[in-house]
Amino acid sequence: MGLGMLASRVIRPTASKLSRSSSLHFIRPIVSTPETSSAQSQPQPDPTPDPPPPSPRPPVAGARVHFPKPEDAIEVFVDGYSVKVPKGMTVLQACEIAGVDIPRFCYHSRLSIAGNCRMCLVEVEKTPKPVASCAMPALPGMKIKTDTPLAKKAREGVMEFLLMNHPLDCPICDQGGECDLQDQSMAFGSDRGRFTEVKRAVVDKNLGPLVKTVMTRCIQCTRCVRFATEVAGVQDLGMLGRGSGEEIGTYVEKLMTSELSGNVIDICPVGALTSKPFAFKARNWELKGTESIDVTDAVGSNIRIDSRGPEVLRILPRLNEDINEEWISDKTRFCYDGLKRQRLNDPMIRGADGRFKTVSWRDALAVVAEVALQVKPEEIVGIAGQLSDAESMMALKDFLNRMGSNNVWCEGNGPNPDADLRSGYIMNSGIAGLEKADVFLLVGTQPRVEAAMVNARIRKTVRANQAKVGYIGPATDLNYDHQHLGTGPKTLIELAEGRHPFCSALANAKNPAIIVGAGLFEREDKDAIFSVVETIAKNAKVVRPDWNGFNVLLLKAAQAAALDLGLVPESANSIESAKFVYLMGADDVNMEKVPSDAFVVYQGHHGDQSVYRANIILPAAAFSEKEGIYENTEGCSQQTLPAVPTVGDARDDWKIIRALSEVAGVSLPYDSLGAIRARIRTVAPNLLNMDERELATFSASLKPDCSHKMSLTDFRPAIDNFYMTDSITRASKIMAQCSATLLKK
Amino acid sequence: MLGRFAAAKRVLEIRELLTRRHTSSPLRSFSTALNYHLDSPDNNPDLPWEFTSTNKHKVKEILSHYPSNYKQSAVIPLLDLAQQQHGGWLPVSAMNAVAKVIEVAPIRVYEVATFYSMFNRTKVGKYHLLVCGTTPCMIRGSREIEDALLKHLGVKRNEVTKDGLFSVGEMECMGCCVNAPMITVADYSNGSEGYTYNYYEDVTPKRVVEIVELLRRGEKLPPGTQNPKRTKCGPEGGNTTLLSDPKPPPCRDLDAC
Repeated sequence: MGLGMLASRVIRPTASKLSRSSSLHFIRPIVSTPETSSAQSQPQPDPTPDPPPPSPRPPVAGARVHFPKPEDAIEVFVDGYSVKVPKGMTVLQACEIAGVDIPRFCYHSRLSIAGNCRMCLVEVEKTPKPVASCAMPALPGMKIKTDTPLAKKAREGVMEFLLMNHPLDCPICDQGGECDLQDQSMAFGSDRGRFTEVKRAVVDKNLGPLVKTVMTRCIQCTRCVRFATEVAGVQDLGMLGRGSGEEIGTYVEKLMTSELSGNVIDICPVGALTSKPFAFKARNWELKGTESIDVTDAVGSNIRIDSRGPEVLRILPRLNEDINEEWISDKTRFCYDGLKRQRLNDPMIRGADGRFKTVSWRDALAVVAEVALQVKPEEIVGIAGQLSDAESMMALKDFLNRMGSNNVWCEGNGPNPDADLRSGYIMNSGIAGLEKADVFLLVGTQPRVEAAMVNARIRKTVRANQAKVGYIGPATDLNYDHQHLGTGPKTLIELAEGRHPFCSALANAKNPAIIVGAGLFEREDKDAIFSVVETIAKNAKVVRPDWNGFNVLLLKAAQAAALDLGLVPESANSIESAKFVYLMGADDVNMEKVPSDAFVVYQGHHGDQSVYRANIILPAAAFSEKEGIYENTEGCSQQTLPAVPTVGDARDDWKIIRALSEVAGVSLPYDSLGAIRARIRTVAPNLLNMDERELATFSASLKPDCSHKMSLTDFRPAIDNFYMTDSITRASKIMAQCSATLLKK
Repeated sequence: MLGRFAAAKRVLEIRELLTRRHTSSPLRSFSTALNYHLDSPDNNPDLPWEFTSTNKHKVKEILSHYPSNYKQSAVIPLLDLAQQQHGGWLPVSAMNAVAKVIEVAPIRVYEVATFYSMFNRTKVGKYHLLVCGTTPCMIRGSREIEDALLKHLGVKRNEVTKDGLFSVGEMECMGCCVNAPMITVADYSNGSEGYTYNYYEDVTPKRVVEIVELLRRGEKLPPGTQNPKRTKCGPEGGNTTLLSDPKPPPCRDLDAC
């Protein structure tokens, strides 16, 4: 929060004073700062005609000021320095722009303003009392003073009240070291309290397997209540009772069944809500943070992987306004214990008895190369898994091409993926762009389980702009108001022909957005469905020069990059005649289709579903252990960074394929990450523009007309269990607990 | 050395304070229930609960006071109605029913019901006796009155007598300080139609016991001051001051100027 610096600044003089006085008196009397009255009586300096200088300090956390209307800028003075802020900003925000960090507990920039902790009191000239800066709008010419004796005394008073009922259990509290109350009490707290009564104790609540509660530590800031109500959309938490008996709770025994519940751990300023899986595991200062990307869904949430030695201990969100803001889903946050279980750490060959035997890399690669060279080129099939990075998919495609086969694809993209037009498989309006939409049409997608962060955006838009949401698919609980239009293609046809009542909503919308689920990729009639959706888009003017609301919501982290790299199989049924199947972390392939005499190579990091069929296992690195490019559903490429070493003898995916190509005598022309990225640049240069969203150049209107017939079978949910979608989450114990307790039966 | 002695003494003082507090008076509780719900056979979310048909009309009438997009404003009158209907207390299912009427999440109703101590969330007697515990009444002996009631009925605070007739609770100031001490009798014996909420003022430990016995026999007694020498909030034995008509206000003689 940047308060650490503030704290140290404040502590230094106090500490020196204390050390001097402690030799004389054991008890330092607690006195109210006597300067309070004298400071006000001091004569004010005469107002000078020249304007005060602009604030010399940079805004807190590098915040940029955005003026929606330049004429709405107002000038306020923070500690005597002038600063320009847009109209409607609060005093606290104005102070932040002026580079003054105001202490706060209840205020959170992404939640509604409560104004109940009173920690952000500042002095404003010509007001009789200190002002709660988080709730006070900044007015033109306001003279805000943040470091006067009055403001300091007010904060000290508030801090003393907050600490009155707060237990002194910092040594056993998991928030210790990253606790707002701890940090701010270093700056504003006294070293002893005057409260001699009994401290309050509150019964702990059971919120499920993810959030641990120690409610006695709660300071009633209501951030969690507001988060649950406003962002997560589960109205379960509330403020019960009143006065000193006030407590946060659910009243009736209820688990927090939100897919975003883990975020209350981050927003809780004290140790009342902490991570249950992380409890008593480590202190935050022991951890090494690695800025990386989440791969459990196609959103590509920005995360920080906190590790100690070879172990990932927790995952936290990183701020990225365009993708995940500052939230992440529970799957992202708590899947990390899956990285320690079911790992493949040595190359293994299945013997004649059906049991795996550990072998050396040399032997394993020799066996694979030998089999690959024996079969006919068209009988070779390669499938990239949903967690594959772009580099390894490039290497896999190049390797198979050099072997003479072009039967390579990425799971989840369906039997005949269409990679011709990029606008046909990415989210063209962008995740942040969804906030501009006023009508949503969800076709065969349940964003709540498929991409929780996209769902949070839609919910935000619905709340802010009263956007209408129409949904086609099996009945489900999206956590915002929506019209359930129908369950399958029949409704789509009605919409396309203008017979459905929702058509008028679409037609009247300023910025209509259509979101098509990638679950439809698996359907035989996907081209027909897409052409019907495009008709709807054309009728509703969804794609215009200034607005592109035609979106596909992908399901897997590898999908977008795979299509960009052209991982499209030559024939849809190649797997049924395959003799050599190369699975690069692909676990959701229907293995029954693979002929029984086929040789199956499984290269991956987890012993998951495909391992049961594999003839040989090549251990690879998980996303937390390698550097790799991932493209998210909106076409933004980002890269993971290694946080921990790989387990056992595992190697990076692309390195394994590079080594295999050499053993097979078809050496790939790259042997470093830089070289393979240079190769990617020739195929899909957009993948190398890190952290930048690459827009699709051509729109879907260029597509030839589709002549297929659409079947009328209803859409099915693409994901059955939100908590278990890939090999990492399926290996995770925490995710298993979540699916056992939180999913509705 | 001196400082250390002083510190030790202070610690002792604090410890003494703490122990004394624990032995003599337990923490005061105003509400009838905890801030969280525990399932019991007579109070759990699975029990059906509905407004009676006459009360459904009242619900409609209450809702008509508020704009249709601010239905949630009706939460307090509806909870009150539900409480009267359910014999003076609100089970979880009643709160859920109210939440359904005003179309909010149940937790929003729980928040309100736990905030106000006049919503009882555990069973109370048909006559719920509330003793004012605020300073003027306390100075005039409300603690003795409560003790007399509890001793006479043989219950603890917020506990219901075996016959289900009486329970005793504490409440905040009702604005009858001039007639302190006072008690309130919330009469739930006749449902929401015959519901009364009467103040009995100037009570004594003896008088409250008489009041309880009168109620037990089903007799009605006039509410208000129980001191026969007083009329309403006037002083005992008639006025001693302000005996003449009040003087007119000293206005400026506007005509004179």
